[in-house]
Amino acid sequence: MTHRLIRKLVNLLALGLSALATAIGLIFLGAILWTLVKDGIAGMSAAVFTQSTPPPGGVGGGLLNAIYGSAMMTVLGIAIGAPIGVLAGTYLAEYGRKSALSSVIRFINDVLLSAPSIIIGLFVYELVVVPMGNFSAISGAIALAIIAMPVIVRTTEDMLNLVPQGMKDASTAMGAYPWRTITSIAYPAARSGMVTGLLLAVARISGETAPLLFTALNNQFWSTNLKTPIANLPVVIFQFALSPYTNWQRLAWAGALLITFAILVLSIIARVAVARLGPGAGRR
Amino acid sequence: MRAEAVSPADAFARQLAGQRLRERLFRGSTLAAAMLLLLILGGVVISLLHAAWPAFSRFRLAFVTQDVWNPVTDHYGALSAIYGTIVTSVLAMIFALPVSFGIAVFLTELAPGWLKRPVGVAIELLAAIPSIIFGIWGLFVLAPVLQEAVEPWMDSHMGKLPLVGSLFQGAPYGIGFLTAGIVLAIMIVPFISAVMRDVFETVPDVLKESGYGLGATTWEVLWRVVVPYSRSGMIGGIMLGLGRALGETMAVTFVIGNAHQISASLLAPGTTISAAIANEFTEATTPLYTSSLIALGVLLFVITFVVIAAARLMLLRLGRRALPSV
Repeated sequence: MTHRLIRKLVNLLALGLSALATAIGLIFLGAILWTLVKDGIAGMSAAVFTQSTPPPGGVGGGLLNAIYGSAMMTVLGIAIGAPIGVLAGTYLAEYGRKSALSSVIRFINDVLLSAPSIIIGLFVYELVVVPMGNFSAISGAIALAIIAMPVIVRTTEDMLNLVPQGMKDASTAMGAYPWRTITSIAYPAARSGMVTGLLLAVARISGETAPLLFTALNNQFWSTNLKTPIANLPVVIFQFALSPYTNWQRLAWAGALLITFAILVLSIIARVAVARLGPGAGRR
Repeated sequence: MRAEAVSPADAFARQLAGQRLRERLFRGSTLAAAMLLLLILGGVVISLLHAAWPAFSRFRLAFVTQDVWNPVTDHYGALSAIYGTIVTSVLAMIFALPVSFGIAVFLTELAPGWLKRPVGVAIELLAAIPSIIFGIWGLFVLAPVLQEAVEPWMDSHMGKLPLVGSLFQGAPYGIGFLTAGIVLAIMIVPFISAVMRDVFETVPDVLKESGYGLGATTWEVLWRVVVPYSRSGMIGGIMLGLGRALGETMAVTFVIGNAHQISASLLAPGTTISAAIANEFTEATTPLYTSSLIALGVLLFVITFVVIAAARLMLLRLGRRALPSV
């Protein structure tokens, strides 16, 4: 009888602790979101979207140049990374499904997927910035592309593997070559999952800070030149948050709220797309 | 285009040749894209080693055994940064593991159906928030609280404990190893608990039901059935979380204090490999300084590569061994 009581107590204690752990986790995460929304909204104004970043000690100012720079480098990064990622994912899922080379590439992709992004920044610094002689928007976009690629490779491969073999066999039986089967049958069937992968990649790179520190750097002024440093939200947040000026710190919070909001919206859209595709698809 | 009539057989042959060409082109471009991934990893290794060579050849083994980091005399040793990286990551794992496990248990076994999905989705969405957000929150919100309330209490109450006392002694700066460990933990909790929950959900219901059928409590089923079954996946998730903590830059840079020093106290400021690179890279004045920072990057890459590779290999090994025993 007492044994049974002890077991019940242990059970109650363990489950109580796990509920407590969830509460602790949610409280911390809630606290972060609360500060973000409170200080972010306090820092919001029309000027955020209409003016460029202020000089040291200057009054007011906005984030227009940084928003443009971030959007431009993210789009460019995806434009470079997506075709390569989709093709490489296609190789892993279709042509080289069982080959030894594919296992190696899958492993390399996993390593790149979890490699610290600051390392990618150093690599692009050596590869692009040093030969060019200065920091530039294009080097930032290349760094982001390298970070986006493994995500896209992974989701493309997973999604293509979900396409029923019977559909592909039917296409082959009609006399289609593999390229025709892949582009006309497999891609359309896996489309929403692949789009999800792209959205996840956009979400991943739009908040990346470390690799931009030594590639795109920062620029106080409006710039659209790919060959010169460019302002971008993450680096502006980094510099402004650590500055002594209160208007800079307010802008940092406004920028932080903007990025987080954009990423949450992207993740939710991606999630809805996956939900339509079926359970278990597109995790990670 | 030739003017003369083409026989159906010729037309078919030409079309076939066109198809073959496109097949070769498409196949070739997918292979090239896949090989580019190999090339990138190779390029990362070679270019970083090349750029770090001046530092490695100048200081040799002393680069990893000395904790001197002096830009004025151009003398660099990475020990303090390595120490900070390991201490903050270990702290983060100590804080994050029990909480993540608890959240995963709550989500799979405890939460009522209507709560399961919203909490699960919230945790997953939070894993997508960029790390810089955690960093500024740590600096502006967490650090003052630690400085004013928690750290003075630790110093006066835990600082005199035998053996572990020195961990909690010292002036309350608010920023340092402890703060960085906590911020890192908050950052990796959503990641680890999402992976653990996914792994827990792969356990077949039949196994759990047979446990319940024998009269086991929820906790007993969890600890004796679910956890052993999903051990390999759990270890994989934990290792990937550790890999994140080791390489994380922005969440740490704000709250570590950026002091190249090794302190017994967790309350003291320090630095990590990634924080040192992020802070000093664009300000490095001599070629040897830059090279030393890239050498730090090489060390970080080696450490995280070993952790990630070990996670993958362990998953493979355990995965095969776990199968027959189930």
